[in-house]
Amino acid sequence: MKLVLEKRETVSSFYRFVSPLLAIIMALVLGAAFLAASGFSPLKVYYYMWWGAFSDWYGISETLVTSIPIMLCALGVALAAKMLLWNVGAEGQFHMGAFAAAWVALSMPDAPAWQVMPLMVLAGMAAGAIWALLPAVPRAYLGVNEIITTLLLNYVAIYWVEYLVHGPWRDPVNLNFPLSAPFSSAARLPSLFGTRIHLGLVFALVAAGLIWFALGRTKWGYEVTVIGENPRAARYAGMNIERNIVLTMCLAGALAGLGGMAEVSAIAGRMTRQLSPGYGYSAIIVAWLAKVNPWAVVLVSVLFGGLLVGGYSAQVIGVSAASVNMLQGLMLFCVLATEALGRYRVRAVHAAVRGSGEGASIDG
Amino acid sequence: MADSMFVSILSAAVSSGTPVLYAALGELVCERSGVLNLGVEGMMLVGAVSGFLTAVRTGSLAAGVLAALIAGGLMGLIHALMTITLKVNQVVSGLALTLFGTGLSGYLGKSMIGVPLPVTFSQAPIPGLSSIPLIGTILFKHDLLVYLTYVVVPVLWFYLYRTRPGLHLRSVGESPETADALGVNVFAIRYASVTAGGMLAGLGGAYLSLAYAPSWLENMTAGRGWIAVALVIFAVWDPFRAMLGAYLFGGIDALGFRIQVLGARIPSFFLKMMPYVFTIVVLIIVTATAARRSSRAPEALGLPYERE
Amino acid sequence: MGTVDYAVEMRDITKRFPGVIASNHVNLAVRRGSIHALLGENGAGKSTLMNILTGLLRPDSGEICVRGERVALRSPASAIALGIGMVHQHFRLVQTFTVAENITLGMSRPRFALDMAPIEREVAKLSSEYGLAVNPHAKIWQLSVGEQQRVEIIKMLYRGVDVLIMDEPTAVLTPQEVRELFETLRRMTADGKTIIFITHKLDEVMEISDRVTVLRAGKDVFSCDTRETNARELASKMVGREIGQTPERPPVAIGDPVLEVRELTAIGDRGTMVLAGIDLDVRAGEIHGIAGVAGNGQRELAEVITGLRRASAGSVNICGADMTNHTPRSIIEAGVSHIPEDRLGVGLAPNLNITYNAIMKRYRCNEMCRGPIVDATRARTWTDGLVERFNVKTPNLRTAVRLLSGGNSQRLLLARETSMEHKLVVAVHPTRGLDIGATEAVHTILLRERESGVGTLLISEDLEELIALCDRISVIYEGRIMGTVGRDELNLDEIGMMMAGISAAEKGDGHLEAGA
Repeated sequence: MKLVLEKRETVSSFYRFVSPLLAIIMALVLGAAFLAASGFSPLKVYYYMWWGAFSDWYGISETLVTSIPIMLCALGVALAAKMLLWNVGAEGQFHMGAFAAAWVALSMPDAPAWQVMPLMVLAGMAAGAIWALLPAVPRAYLGVNEIITTLLLNYVAIYWVEYLVHGPWRDPVNLNFPLSAPFSSAARLPSLFGTRIHLGLVFALVAAGLIWFALGRTKWGYEVTVIGENPRAARYAGMNIERNIVLTMCLAGALAGLGGMAEVSAIAGRMTRQLSPGYGYSAIIVAWLAKVNPWAVVLVSVLFGGLLVGGYSAQVIGVSAASVNMLQGLMLFCVLATEALGRYRVRAVHAAVRGSGEGASIDG
Repeated sequence: MADSMFVSILSAAVSSGTPVLYAALGELVCERSGVLNLGVEGMMLVGAVSGFLTAVRTGSLAAGVLAALIAGGLMGLIHALMTITLKVNQVVSGLALTLFGTGLSGYLGKSMIGVPLPVTFSQAPIPGLSSIPLIGTILFKHDLLVYLTYVVVPVLWFYLYRTRPGLHLRSVGESPETADALGVNVFAIRYASVTAGGMLAGLGGAYLSLAYAPSWLENMTAGRGWIAVALVIFAVWDPFRAMLGAYLFGGIDALGFRIQVLGARIPSFFLKMMPYVFTIVVLIIVTATAARRSSRAPEALGLPYERE
Repeated sequence: MGTVDYAVEMRDITKRFPGVIASNHVNLAVRRGSIHALLGENGAGKSTLMNILTGLLRPDSGEICVRGERVALRSPASAIALGIGMVHQHFRLVQTFTVAENITLGMSRPRFALDMAPIEREVAKLSSEYGLAVNPHAKIWQLSVGEQQRVEIIKMLYRGVDVLIMDEPTAVLTPQEVRELFETLRRMTADGKTIIFITHKLDEVMEISDRVTVLRAGKDVFSCDTRETNARELASKMVGREIGQTPERPPVAIGDPVLEVRELTAIGDRGTMVLAGIDLDVRAGEIHGIAGVAGNGQRELAEVITGLRRASAGSVNICGADMTNHTPRSIIEAGVSHIPEDRLGVGLAPNLNITYNAIMKRYRCNEMCRGPIVDATRARTWTDGLVERFNVKTPNLRTAVRLLSGGNSQRLLLARETSMEHKLVVAVHPTRGLDIGATEAVHTILLRERESGVGTLLISEDLEELIALCDRISVIYEGRIMGTVGRDELNLDEIGMMMAGISAAEKGDGHLEAGA
């Protein structure tokens, strides 16, 4: 008797809804194993993480604050993914957006908010879009793999920022640290309700709404859907694939750049090299977990924000920040595994001499 | 003066290119069987940290290398399981492994930061060969792991193009349906190739932590895994060209280092950017000029195989 | 069993798939040294039966005897070990390998180091023994379809196969190549080998086979020696009813040209010239057929006309306007509908629902959208209308197209393509893979188009279909039009010769070498 994986025709929608939850639980269980193996009590660690992220208002606001850059980057990644484009460069586009916004802020130290702010937003989005344009054009017109190009550009962007804060932008007041001079208060993105939650959240929610609407109802959204599903049919139907590739990637880059702008303006208040603990990479996992649906992206981003915040608070008991990265990676794994298992049914087959057996059917 | 600088750069190109070479060879084997592995970066890091950890704890380099091979192989096996049996999208599985591997290596290596390695791969000049002017210094004054690549590359070439297992491997990457119909075990070959790819990536990482640096730093591969993936495309899936590409990359890397020494006023960060920009440009050129049939990727690359 | 020497006997074979009985207590007895034809339409169960014989599928019940002994065929390898092998319709060859590499692929000797010389010698030997000329060093992508088929045959012979199953082997051959194949098969049977020949072509059955078995809907309905039956009897057994109904073709006034192609030249995927100066026109109200064996440039011709491939020289005019190398979009807007060869790969997005697919060429229209927004209600109403008028069977509009049957998805495709403002229809193999009912539906739609004044360019491999529908037929061969015949002058032999490369002017005696 042997077990055989048999493909299902369609995945039950119940399972499709449940599987991300299943994935998260699986990841937590596996993560617990790792933690236990390193001598921590998993329950204690998870408790600290939960407590840090969600137990009080401060924790929740921190979670939301952390989720904003993830949300913006993830919306961009999800949009690109709808067209089967892999934007692994959100991290780099984020940094370039932050750079452009910082450049505006530092160049206009005495300008009033109503001048500086919109310019910073525009600069951030434009820089992110351009950073995405660089790999998008070779991809659209030459078929160059965008995963590698976007990813390599991440490193370039990060080194560029490093160069700036170590060199020409180094704050004359704080020469020992790689930081720029602080922005004027006019260049700081306002916060909401006296917490650290800032306008970036509004940007993200508006973006999510726009994307959801555009994808479902507009001609452009229709084209993106069809191109993502069957590019050959799209071309046959007269759609301009190359232009759409460039457009979509630039939009994705603009969103990530906006995330960078929001982060540097609202949270950091100056250009530093520690702007992102990998938001752009978390965004990829979020986009996959959320199955490219903009509202799910919002929700899952909050979850990941909580994961990061929880990770910080767990450092109190000695758990390193790297463990959070590991958990994130585990989570993506478990998503993939649960998704894959949902596509199959496990069957026990009795190896008869002649026919293929009618074995017991265990729905997997 | 310029002469010895030139030689020194070429020699550094070889050692700097070696970790990328191992990773690229692994990726080459993997892709030849039709599976795309984007988890190379994570596998290299896991290999680096396991090798380092084991070498520190046991004092044995051999044990370290073995640990790296096993760790990389395990990661490769996971990728194989995901993409071949569960038919998960190969791109996503690879990315997940990179993220996971990066996090895992940081986690495991936390205690190893700043810890010195009790024993390292020292330079082992080959007697006789290393006295040849120029070439001797460039090629034969390195450590064992570098010399190993001199053997692995031609062996791999021979295996791929002149042996039956190699023929079967290539057939699986070009047309798994055909291979399957003729009795070639597609799944076994893919599993083996992907795992081997992981092992070689792990070995590349171990080279970094046990010989090149030698030390452990979080994210010490700094994107070399990705460069390796790009290199395979540049190499047109051929081991010798992979070697050439790896040394080219190593050369740029080494050059950057030395330009500073030469007194040029280029900020170090721009020099650090050079290898990545270089790789992107090369990738674009190679992809754009790929001739129709002779320099194509394995036909079935990236596609899961299902027996209808 | 008796004194007859049977190479293969299949007794009472039954095989079920979800929802259908592919083989229903089928009996097949093939004599050694004979050519046994397996005749039936698409879906009759021929492939299933042969897949069982070659070990790809296991029957639910029944038994198989090879040379008188019961065997269990667990896998293709075990079938080959017993000497049973198959040359499929779609070749199983690795394009980038050489002929010799393909032939030795999967064998266990030599085990490690590959010395190609003895393999190549063996290939050359088999090649000359059976008249299968092929160069062992050539790479598969360099070979013609006929040569590739020879490689497949040698592959089987190399493995010691003596029961060779050929699945629709002549579908991709020119008449001259078919002669050569038949010659090879006769040599093989003279040598004691057995051939099972799957086909749906009656004339071939009558010409080459010794015995014929007809399958219909999974059952074997008729078996006899070929010389004791005739084409008409076989045809009616195949279809189960009296055939010979040609569709109604009321006379239609032919109008101005809607498509004019002049000296069209184009480069194919392999970098060679695939269209070598095509001259062609289609008028309003006519169906102009393009006959030819697959691989002579038909696909590329359709692609150039519809803007999916670059023309390197020459011109394409739609209703008098020059549309050479315009974008697919402007060609669509100029009134060109395209029914592509690859239904699910090019014409439709299989994972999307019916509505999404139905509006694929219409979503830009003013009727379908308000500004940048697509009007969902109007889209649905429109799709409803299409589904209704064209009889597309589906539970609802939100079903994914991939869940539709072949006939229904083709109906949807045709519905979409014929419901837009159009003057020209480019239809490429529109009935390939469809059953009789669906085929008739397609023919009806095409004739209806003709009556409404649309011009149709019909590219098809099915000569009977072309003869039934077309006003004119042109034959394409190696990227050139060999000749055009009108309906009244139709002559199958002449068309066959043109398909083999002999133009109308060169008709001579039968010893003319056809350039293959």
